[in-house]
Amino acid sequence: MTQTAATRIRKQVVVEAPITRAFAVFTERLGDYKPAEHNLLRVPIAQTVFEPRVGGHIYDRGTDGSICRWARVLAYQPPERVVFSWDISPHWQLETDPAHSSEVEVRFIAETPRRTRVELEHRNIDRHGPDWQSLSDGVAGAEGWPLYLERYAALLSEAS
Amino acid sequence: MDTYRSTNVWDALGDPTRRAIVERLAERPRAVGELAAELPVSRPAVSQHLKVLKNAGLVAEQPAGTRRIYRLNPAALSVLRDQLDAFWARALTGYTDVVEQPEQETP
Repeated sequence: MTQTAATRIRKQVVVEAPITRAFAVFTERLGDYKPAEHNLLRVPIAQTVFEPRVGGHIYDRGTDGSICRWARVLAYQPPERVVFSWDISPHWQLETDPAHSSEVEVRFIAETPRRTRVELEHRNIDRHGPDWQSLSDGVAGAEGWPLYLERYAALLSEAS
Repeated sequence: MDTYRSTNVWDALGDPTRRAIVERLAERPRAVGELAAELPVSRPAVSQHLKVLKNAGLVAEQPAGTRRIYRLNPAALSVLRDQLDAFWARALTGYTDVVEQPEQETP
């Protein structure tokens, strides 16, 4: 595994929907499908807004009117591509320093007029922490991957 | 949900003292006593925080004579990565459900 592979996540899904709908749902209805625990506000989220332009934000508005802007829109090319920053720190708070933000790119590819492949890459994850990569020698054993893969698998089966 | 929460590295780093410990261990491995001397908290408190960090997979310990040396676990990046991976797995599952619903709700 290269260093780059360790600092990014790639996922893809194929959905039974035309590309324009796939793009529109991903952006406009983000609040309807993102996991509920993804909430930096102190109150429940009333609405998640994806501002459809470069320089816009993705923000959550709480039931009390409070607002949390947790992403900056870096590229907006409907219906093919969108890129946004991930301004959420590892302690699940708003990250105000862009140097410590990671980045999410989503690409939409029409496989047929009714079917779309959605490719997602979350990259530069290492920017969130101290210099993880420099910690070369150490204990990458029992407490590392296997344990977390197990938890991840449990999470997936829970979600399905 | 509870499992997700209690093992959450993001939560483990939510505490400012633990964040300070991680930052110091990122410079070099240290013993409990060294950390306690550098931070405005007691030695037992440092031990308690180290335990949380260790349970979250962020910190590893190794004996050195009579002392225990703590260092950042190089697998910590993988841990962070796993958290985000889990997030997107759930998000994309939800997304697929929404996008494949009949289109009646959208104008």
